[in-house]
Amino acid sequence: MRRFIEANSWTLGLAVLLAALLLATKLIQPGFGASGLDSLARAALPFALATVGMAIVVLAGGIDLSIAAMMAVASVTGAVLMQGTTDAQSIPVVIGVLLVGLAMGAINGLLIVVSRVPDIVVTLAMLFVWQGVALLILNAPGGAAAPWLRSIAAGGFPGIDWLPKGVVFLGVVTALIWLPIRRSKLGLRLYAIGSDPLAAFRSGVPVGQTRIIAYALCGLFAALGGLSVTMGTGIGEPIPGPYLLASVAAVVLGGVVLGGGRGGLIGPILAVFILRTVRMDLTLLSVDPNVAAIIEGSIMVAVVMFGAVLATRGRKA
Amino acid sequence: MPDAPDAVPDAVLDATGIAKRFGAVQALKNASLQVGRGQVVALMGANGAGKSTFVKILTGVLKPDAGHVKIKGRVSTVASPAGAREWGLVPVYQEPSLIPDLSVADNLRLGDTAMEPFRHWVAELGLPDLDPEAMIRSLPLASLRIVDLARALAIEPDVLLLDELTAALPTDLVERVLKVVRAEADTGRSVIYVSHRFTEIAAICDRATVLRDGLTVGDVKIEPGIEEHIVEMMMGGAVAAAVAGDRPAKPALTDMPRLRVKGLKTGTRLSDVSFDLHKGEVLGVVALEGQGQDELFDTLAGNRKASAGTVEVDGAAKTFHHPADAIAAGLTLVPGDRAHALLMSRSVRENIVVPLLARFRNWGAIPMREEAVKVAQAIETLQIDTRAQGEVRRLSGGNQQKVTIARWIAKGVQTLLLFDPTRGIDIRTKRQIYALVRTLADQGAAVLFYTSELAEIRLACDRAVVIFNGRVVDVIDAKDADEATLMRAAYGLTEKVPA
Repeated sequence: MRRFIEANSWTLGLAVLLAALLLATKLIQPGFGASGLDSLARAALPFALATVGMAIVVLAGGIDLSIAAMMAVASVTGAVLMQGTTDAQSIPVVIGVLLVGLAMGAINGLLIVVSRVPDIVVTLAMLFVWQGVALLILNAPGGAAAPWLRSIAAGGFPGIDWLPKGVVFLGVVTALIWLPIRRSKLGLRLYAIGSDPLAAFRSGVPVGQTRIIAYALCGLFAALGGLSVTMGTGIGEPIPGPYLLASVAAVVLGGVVLGGGRGGLIGPILAVFILRTVRMDLTLLSVDPNVAAIIEGSIMVAVVMFGAVLATRGRKA
Repeated sequence: MPDAPDAVPDAVLDATGIAKRFGAVQALKNASLQVGRGQVVALMGANGAGKSTFVKILTGVLKPDAGHVKIKGRVSTVASPAGAREWGLVPVYQEPSLIPDLSVADNLRLGDTAMEPFRHWVAELGLPDLDPEAMIRSLPLASLRIVDLARALAIEPDVLLLDELTAALPTDLVERVLKVVRAEADTGRSVIYVSHRFTEIAAICDRATVLRDGLTVGDVKIEPGIEEHIVEMMMGGAVAAAVAGDRPAKPALTDMPRLRVKGLKTGTRLSDVSFDLHKGEVLGVVALEGQGQDELFDTLAGNRKASAGTVEVDGAAKTFHHPADAIAAGLTLVPGDRAHALLMSRSVRENIVVPLLARFRNWGAIPMREEAVKVAQAIETLQIDTRAQGEVRRLSGGNQQKVTIARWIAKGVQTLLLFDPTRGIDIRTKRQIYALVRTLADQGAAVLFYTSELAEIRLACDRAVVIFNGRVVDVIDAKDADEATLMRAAYGLTEKVPA
């Protein structure tokens, strides 16, 4: 038990922080309840999915700057293909979009592994490529989303009113994809190449292949994120949203070490909700949006610094 | 060759005619190695002889341009470390190949290694209390080597390749490891033992294969007195007379020591250490692993704060809050880990110049001419192989180590703190480093010299302090410092109050 707490102290700390922030929200706005939580979850969903994708790549020692552009491609592909389809017809569309996401990510990974150009350069280049692709598919917001898809992450969970469906959706999707991986050798390999690629190679890990898989998974989560944008708005959005920097911020705040090997997925997801709740509270307090941005940035630096201080203390004790 | 060994009957591993070129450098011309069943064969060679390249080819990290490697009679098509393992060859590399952010157990799972045999070997190798859930990052270097070796043994390979395995091990663990390796060979396993340490090779090896300039120049049976012959082969006949034996007359000890350490206590390991280090003296430090020597050097270099005791430099008491304070007081540390000291992807020139800059900066722009002269001098004095001087990380380990010393020589050093400077480098470079240390001392520098190789005390030092359990237990004159005496002292068997 002690070991569990020690190993997950950062995540537990984030959970406590999020609870405190939600409590503060309730104090600021006594009417904050199920509907407030629901709109928070809906706003956070694309950010959370992008963050999960980014976290996987960062854990594996990489970074993907093209994530928001891939989300745009997924969003417009889904919206265009779903226009005028029935519910039954839209299911293969969703599957197709997810496969497109996997393929985009795999292409990113393949280019990095084969060309040996640094990941930050390759994915920066691919950012422009995917951006162009998204605008070719749909040059202005448009298209449609199937009604069942729109309702999948909207409203409260049947029976438990205060629990937003968006949170359930996020939890189920992430668990379905990540848990089997985390428990298998692939999970160990992802952490291994992030921690020390040379040692991983010497331990017999297929480093290149594992790296491609990490980027493909990132693409898959980007596609889910893009679909969630379409779910939220009902249309396809060809211009990439502010998901790249936000996801990197949440990954760092979530306790994943840039450079790889250390951290998990729960921390970054909690971090997304923390950042979104802070923004919501600042809006509720009618703080100037420009000042709000400064406060958000300061909170991030302060929390990460505070964590570093705690970590050094702990090591000395 | 007067001593061609009996032909190797049914060699388990047979590498013949291996050649490899990197750009303009022909690293290997014609290297060969035969290992019979149940044999331990030492692979030896000086800096740049092509040993690391040969090891990489044997283990599938590199592909040879010519030649072939046969394992159990089949031509190996090894293409990766994983592939080498399938063919029955398992390497234990010089640097641990364990994932720092995974637990011991997860590292085993990653390589499909069974837990039970691993536990058996870890206990056999002297770490029965190892927690399999411990993070690799949290384990000391010596334990990592043991974990690495135990993992390799658990795979039950036909051929075990051990690359400088004992370089980071304390003496007591070395003995256990050697015993286990020899016993494994006696049950029929074959071992390739890459090492610079003659005592270990004499203890467990059957034969030695010697590389020089990319060629296999000899394959000899290990027998008493073979050492000098092997050294000759490694150096190509022109052996510089051993530095050993004739220590120059002990320098006249000035009244005022350059460095006086009194009752120093740091952390939990270093509890009470006192000694004087004089101008012109090389003072050896002997200790088993973890007796407080790391803390001693860290404290003197300003990396850690002492909790008790005093440090006097030229008679003035000093407190170091930062490495810059120690450097200002003339104390410079050459750390044991070269990677901590060098800018790996910068040039030899820049690496030598970095400590100089503090001084040159006083005149504004960097005076290129003075810099060039100093750098050339340092390279010359140290005989640094400058074929790959554009990037330090492409130099061999021995040459990197020379660069770490060169930078301080160019600056003009007063007190040099050398922490295990010859770890894992070849005998020729070692001798150059001893000679260099002596020269520095003759020019008036004071040198504190920690070494994990006891034989070096006689070769490079005037006196040695022996630290056991955080305290100085003995001070031994170089002329009395044979390995047995030092070993007994290091184990705390001869404790006496130093004068």
